[in-house]
Amino acid sequence: MDEKKYQSKYSRVGQRYDRKDAREKVTGQAVYTYDLELPGMLHARCLLSPYARARIVSIDTSKAKALPGVRAVLTGEDSDILVGLYMQDKRVLSKGETRYQGDVVAAVAAEDEETAERAISLLEVVYEPLVPVHDIDEALEGKILVHEDINDLKHYEGVFFPQKDSNIASWNKSKKGDLDKAFDESDLVVENEFSLPAVAHVPMETHVAIVQADPFSNKIKIWSSAQSPFTIRQIMADSFGISESDVEVHIPYVGGGFGGKAGIHLEPLATLLSKAAGGLPVKVRATREQEFNQLPTRAGMRGRIKTGVTKDGKLTGIKAVYDWDSGAYADYAVNVGKTAVYSGLGPYAVDNASIDSKTIYTNKVFSTAYRGFGHLETHWTIERQMDILSQKLGIDPYEFRMKNLLEPGFETMSGEVITESSGSPKDCLTAVVKEIGWTGRKTEEERQREWKTGKVRGKGFAMLQKAPAMPANTASSVIMQMNGDGHVKLMIGAVDFGQGAITALAQIAAQELDIPIEHIEISAEIDTRSSPYDWNTVASKLIFMAGNAVIKASREMLRKMKEVAAQALRTEPENLMHANGEVYHRHNPGRRLSYKDIALGYMYPNGTGIGGPLISSGSSIADGLTNLHPETGQGNPAAVWTFGAHAVEIEVDVETGYIEVLKVASAFDIGQVINEKLVFGQICGGVLQGLGSALLEGYKFNKDVQLLNPSFTDNKIPTMKDMPVEIVPIYIENPQLNGPYGARGVGEHPMISIPSAIGNAVYDALGINFHVLPLSPEAIALGIASGKKSILCTDVDCLPGLH
Amino acid sequence: MDNSKDCSMYTEHIESGKRKVTLNLTVNGRQVVRDVDPSMTLLHFLRDNLKLFGTKEACGEGECGACTIIMDGNAVTSCIILAVEAEGAQITTVEGLAKDGKLSILQEEYIKADALQCGFCTPGFLMSTRALLDHNPNPTDEEITEALSGNLCRCTGYLPILNAVKSTVERERKELDR
Repeated sequence: MDEKKYQSKYSRVGQRYDRKDAREKVTGQAVYTYDLELPGMLHARCLLSPYARARIVSIDTSKAKALPGVRAVLTGEDSDILVGLYMQDKRVLSKGETRYQGDVVAAVAAEDEETAERAISLLEVVYEPLVPVHDIDEALEGKILVHEDINDLKHYEGVFFPQKDSNIASWNKSKKGDLDKAFDESDLVVENEFSLPAVAHVPMETHVAIVQADPFSNKIKIWSSAQSPFTIRQIMADSFGISESDVEVHIPYVGGGFGGKAGIHLEPLATLLSKAAGGLPVKVRATREQEFNQLPTRAGMRGRIKTGVTKDGKLTGIKAVYDWDSGAYADYAVNVGKTAVYSGLGPYAVDNASIDSKTIYTNKVFSTAYRGFGHLETHWTIERQMDILSQKLGIDPYEFRMKNLLEPGFETMSGEVITESSGSPKDCLTAVVKEIGWTGRKTEEERQREWKTGKVRGKGFAMLQKAPAMPANTASSVIMQMNGDGHVKLMIGAVDFGQGAITALAQIAAQELDIPIEHIEISAEIDTRSSPYDWNTVASKLIFMAGNAVIKASREMLRKMKEVAAQALRTEPENLMHANGEVYHRHNPGRRLSYKDIALGYMYPNGTGIGGPLISSGSSIADGLTNLHPETGQGNPAAVWTFGAHAVEIEVDVETGYIEVLKVASAFDIGQVINEKLVFGQICGGVLQGLGSALLEGYKFNKDVQLLNPSFTDNKIPTMKDMPVEIVPIYIENPQLNGPYGARGVGEHPMISIPSAIGNAVYDALGINFHVLPLSPEAIALGIASGKKSILCTDVDCLPGLH
Repeated sequence: MDNSKDCSMYTEHIESGKRKVTLNLTVNGRQVVRDVDPSMTLLHFLRDNLKLFGTKEACGEGECGACTIIMDGNAVTSCIILAVEAEGAQITTVEGLAKDGKLSILQEEYIKADALQCGFCTPGFLMSTRALLDHNPNPTDEEITEALSGNLCRCTGYLPILNAVKSTVERERKELDR
């Protein structure tokens, strides 16, 4: 966006500051975990299971152990440690059976990487390959259990619901109204199925952790490229049977996360290796191939949806069944599944509905949170379905949505009441539809005419919503201390892995304290020894939660400052105001003190001091959230909804199937822009990731459930050539009254519903409804060639007409 | 790239039982002489021997551009080049962009346009951009896109990077006109 366009009513909040971490990042000074070297540090390598499911018959480690420079060789025989975020289902080292072709069968720590690699090649393992669980349907049959011990797995009870003797890690449900009656009374009932494959997060810095486990105590020091230092500490404590305070987690700069570095990943393995190597620090770093085939993905998903409408376009009922292919472990995927039961119908008001969401184990690469988790997937289902309904009703898709979108007074799926402070889905949709110049769908004649030119244009749009998916008691905290020069040190526990959080939080503090943002000292580097607690850096909740904590800390700082200044200026604190780094008397502004005069305590001319160093803190905890009812899914899961909409214009080459994205207009009701430059960055980045899911990306497995494309050669992510010709961000600012300056989160949202908008535009262009992602040139070309109007699968095998 | 170098120009010797080659090159304007393992990549040489940690590895197979440096005027992916191939070369890494304690226009424009988020790919992008503008001070959008399409970024969506390159072109042109 043009810098002139957005105007903030505040002097610092809303302004386009450069990010605070930028200088270090453009000069090569920024230090990532990948860059760290510690004295005596060893390097690790892992042997991964070559089979999706196999029995480990024997492992001979003798040759590897005998190699000079090797300091530790571990297999599943050496440790029974289990980890898991919500389900304790993952062995750090496989024993007995492997569950995907990335399971760690053995690990080596050696003095250098080459030696570690050689040692891995000297391991002799005998496997007995077993028949794997290939997909959701096989998993639901339950003939083979990915986890034989599912009935005994320790899990987060009351929130997740593993099903006995099955492959269902959690079955979450929600329902309201009378769905049967609603369908009976509908003028039209439409059933459809949509699906999308697993995709990778692709942080440019692969997962990496260094651990030093003190051999003389329980103390474990961790340096990790991770989003969630406090979660790592908690899970390490749970898994290793030690106290949280025994675990020290340092987070240097993080080279991208997108959810893939939430939770815990390589830290437990590095811990076991460090212990085995006598306490030397051990670095475990995923190669790019391991990032694809060992570290978790976004789950593949299948959505089945049945929707009833009246002939004038009012939704009467929706039944949705979401099945998530979680792969070998549950990790965050059970929470992804849970999110679907309260947010899986999009921002629509419907009185009768049910959602069943099952997170299902298979023998694929396991899955976790990925930017806006669950939402891109469920919105692919709901927003394509909305478009198809409007096609069948013969109603304009904009009009159809406007009849059904949430408004103040309406209830969400879980029964939360939307208020004026919740933001407006309708404002977002109206803004993008206007921006894209929507005048209604193409007629078949118009399509035919354009078809002859070889290129057909289409427009489409889609709604989106997301609230942070987080525990009902999620909390954040910050500490603030004033330095002798009147600058302020702001300590946080949330991680800035590129989204710009430290800059935005500094702006909020600078606004409150009325000092230049350059006077706020804040670091992206987190250390659980000295950083205050923050649950996790996920869910677009950072600015909302930590931002509110910064406001509280700032106000406490000002109160304390004014108490000291009042004594020094011989007045009451109530008489004091603050501006431009000074405290002054409201009636006699000449009576004033600079912040630096009181920062470390005020000193009278005779040397006597009062007050002492100024320090303050702020905490925030999610307000009024509840767990959801296990059967009905009713409750308050959403601290803050952010609604949005995308509209796109595309051009399809009918010969090659290539889609060029001409324009993306994206509107979000974010309440208040904190930094326009950073929001724009989130929108550009999120939109392009969404286009990756829409057009390019997807895991491909062979019949033995081995990943076929674990590299950038075969698992493309968008490059600069895949950028849309034009991106128009639109900021809607209906304030959230309990948000910092009215702000809502927007980190994840730009990615959601990009595939849906593209899918809808493809229909506008071609008159074909695609039900599966990605909409690659191959998929589009095959779809066109098949002559069908609904494409449920784009594998050549699914389109027999082509042979 | 010049592939005409033959083995005879390297002086190989054995050091503690390992083959070593003596390497002479210029890095960020500084003359460097080091004994290296002949199988070492240029990326590892820069990071492990010279301790220039600004250059990153993100794939190790020349697919992502994170390790891009400038060698004899060309942007190259240092993870798939052997250190010995850089014999006699002039190398610039991200650490060599700022001069006399001042950020280059390119770095300033990357900051101003918010052309970075996590920053891990940024050194590679800066070097690809530098090499492009050294060859072609007035590139079109298409030429910029072509030159930078070998660098992957997962955060920014590239548009802020494109904007940064364009404003660098403008400022560098003004600088030349002065």
